[in-house]
Amino acid sequence: MSVLNFLSNLKNRYANPWQLQSFGIMGMNQRNVNFISRFNQRKLFPLVDNKLKTKKIAIEHKVKTPNLIGVVENQQDVKNIISILKGSKAFCIKPSRGSGGKGILVITHAEHEHFIKGSGQVMSTHDVQRHLSNILAGLFSLGGKPDIALIEDLIHFDHVFDGYSYEGVPDTRVIVFEGFPVMSMMRLSTQASDGKANLHQGAVGVGICIRTGRAVRAVQHNEPVKYHPDTEKDLATLKVPHWTEVLTLASSCYNMSGLGYIGTDIVLDERFGPMLLELNARPGLAIQTANNAGLLPRLKLILALPNRHSMSISQKVQFSMQHFGVFNS
Amino acid sequence: MASRGVFYVVTLALFIAGLLLIIYQHLTFQIPVFPGKKSEVWTVEAKIEFEPSANTAATIDFAIPAIQPNFTQLKQNTSSLGYGTSYIQKQGANYIQWTKRNPIGLQTLYYRADFLYDANANNSSMTVPEIEESVEGEPYATAMDEINDAAYSKSSNPYSYAVQVINEINKKSETTSLLLSKYTKSDLVVKILNRASIPARVVTVLELEDGRRNRSLKNMVAVFDNTSYELYDTTTGNSGINSNQLIWTNHGSSLLDVQGGTNARVSFSILKNSVATSEAGMLLASVEKASGSDIVSLSIDSLPIEEQSVFKTILLLPIGVLIVVFLRIIIGIKTSGTFMPVLISMAFLQTSLVVGLIGFISIVCIGLIVRSWLSYLNLLLIARISAVIITVIAIIGCISVLTYKIGLTEGIKVTFFPMIILSWTIERMSILWEEEGYKEVLVQGGGSLFVAVCAYLAMNSLIIQHITFNFLGLQLIILSLVLIMGNYTGFRLSELKRFKPLAVQIKENLNGDNTEIEAKTLNQKIKDLKNNPQATLKKWQEEQNQNNAKNGKEDK
Repeated sequence: MSVLNFLSNLKNRYANPWQLQSFGIMGMNQRNVNFISRFNQRKLFPLVDNKLKTKKIAIEHKVKTPNLIGVVENQQDVKNIISILKGSKAFCIKPSRGSGGKGILVITHAEHEHFIKGSGQVMSTHDVQRHLSNILAGLFSLGGKPDIALIEDLIHFDHVFDGYSYEGVPDTRVIVFEGFPVMSMMRLSTQASDGKANLHQGAVGVGICIRTGRAVRAVQHNEPVKYHPDTEKDLATLKVPHWTEVLTLASSCYNMSGLGYIGTDIVLDERFGPMLLELNARPGLAIQTANNAGLLPRLKLILALPNRHSMSISQKVQFSMQHFGVFNS
Repeated sequence: MASRGVFYVVTLALFIAGLLLIIYQHLTFQIPVFPGKKSEVWTVEAKIEFEPSANTAATIDFAIPAIQPNFTQLKQNTSSLGYGTSYIQKQGANYIQWTKRNPIGLQTLYYRADFLYDANANNSSMTVPEIEESVEGEPYATAMDEINDAAYSKSSNPYSYAVQVINEINKKSETTSLLLSKYTKSDLVVKILNRASIPARVVTVLELEDGRRNRSLKNMVAVFDNTSYELYDTTTGNSGINSNQLIWTNHGSSLLDVQGGTNARVSFSILKNSVATSEAGMLLASVEKASGSDIVSLSIDSLPIEEQSVFKTILLLPIGVLIVVFLRIIIGIKTSGTFMPVLISMAFLQTSLVVGLIGFISIVCIGLIVRSWLSYLNLLLIARISAVIITVIAIIGCISVLTYKIGLTEGIKVTFFPMIILSWTIERMSILWEEEGYKEVLVQGGGSLFVAVCAYLAMNSLIIQHITFNFLGLQLIILSLVLIMGNYTGFRLSELKRFKPLAVQIKENLNGDNTEIEAKTLNQKIKDLKNNPQATLKKWQEEQNQNNAKNGKEDK
């Protein structure tokens, strides 16, 4: 009897791998072997791991990104921070090789050597300089490597997302496979995720229908949710504006980076529309849970397309909108 | 995709090569696949004592054991202060000769030899003796003929003849007591058999019993039928030799000749060692090598002892690595640092598991406390790591000294931990703590420890140690397994748990508005596309145009 109990317990806790396969759900090994290592050339990784390089190629390919105010590369630059800022009032300082939103300093208002942070806290020039020194020393970079700091214009978030996110930045992650937008989700920060848009820290992931930009469903901690846990906003009502533009921007990242399988993080600025925030050469798999669908059938459909290399960006976007999605309007 | 084919061929080739190597070693050197079997190695020590005659040089010849079935001599040595030793041949038999110019006082000489009990050994140095012309006087000749007549009528061949002779002698009669007053029993048996033209010889045999001292040799009679022979115990008449009987002399010559000495006596002491059969195989291989048959043993025992012990540890590493690869790729356990668990488990091998675990956990915990204080200081990375390394060394020093003072000598073993690796572990875990919270630290730390313990259990297993030490082919097999696992694209066990809610949701909701699971729809589309690409693409294009037209109307 206890063996039977054990087996039924096992069945309740673990999914049947053949069923997962029939749903087309992609596992970590599958992603690493058949997509990342096959379609992402190793030598191109620095383009996405280093935000300054990403920014440079984005400007080259006319992909919209937040305006770069300046770069702090050494301690000398740290001393000259005031002149580098060129009198910007609102800006954002980030480490070039940071990950998971670490080391990002948001200044909403700067005046006479007083810098007001997003949280309302006031910093002196000295505090800002120390933050820059920490970035240069590699305090926030992967593996503690010495880093440089980027200073960008602050993004003015589109107000359509008001109430969907607790503090933090609501960004749209679109997985792009050889220029085809494959799957998308919005990541909404919560109190639990400490304002960060990191799903495994408790941010809410909202699957977005590729055809329409409407929310499919939302998950937090791998389990479905209906309302934002902090703002109690109905997540099903979420609809991303300028959706075709968002997908076009995401799709153009393939030509720009040369990486076949990437995650593109896109934000909506109320003045400039969709802007590319960063690229990720190893996008996570939680997007499947948020969309309630597996990635594999979509990727395979694209692989089966004989003419995929000759299609234009708009053709690719149209193809994805035609075939991937839940809602029709 | 052509490279995939090459990959599988290479992997298969590696696997087969490894397997063949193992089989080759197994068959050629009889190294067993499992270490369970033990072989007996008998250490026999002969002690020779004598009183030297005054002012004479002493020469002592001592017969050394014969080559015989069931035993292989592994090594021999002597211990005799101030004596010259040489191995000589005398009348076709092997002797060790001790020589000294002017010995004074009671002299003691030692000869020691190791014998491996080896059922496969079947060489023998026994030669067929010539039949001595019997020149027996009366009444002995008549008495012997009497026994011969009785034995002849009751026997059919030389062996049964010998048994009957022994039986006749053992009967208490006047004839036998007459004969035994002149000859010892075994000599008598040989003499009677020789009279009947049956070759026979007295051999001396040592009964091997563990831990015995002051033993002496026992006489037995070897009876020959052409070139084959059989040994007979003269008191019981039993034939054959037991597995614990070692033939010492088989040539009929004397056991001990002492010139320049008197009151010589020999005694034997015996010790049994059980060694793993694999070790016995190595010893055999080294005997063969010494005897000139230079076959490639393909085992690390061809290296000097010191390098061997280093190699033994190194050869275990792939086992640990294999386990890490398995637990990470197939099971999906999170560890902090890819191969940190293997290095930790190598340290466990030195410290034993419990001491290792306690040591590791206490070092990491104290390290984390110190590190959390260091993070207040806003140090640069390299300085911080260096500080952690020094702290770790201090912790290890303190633990060693404290436990030693208390009397726990085990504690000193914490020095086996790789300090740089420990420091990085502390650093990484501390960062993890700050970024992801203590839960993730527990998950990854626990995962690392679990993997380390698994790797330790595997590497500490006698069977696995035995196989890795003796079969280098295993390394190739491990390599092929690692390559195959590197190509595994299925789900990890942890993912089955992770995607369980997703599977349930997909089953319940069939992704939102759609009435069919998306995978099904898309798979149908892929099939259409493969069967008829042109028509399918055209159909889709038309659908798209219709949609665009419809949307265009709506927009207006």
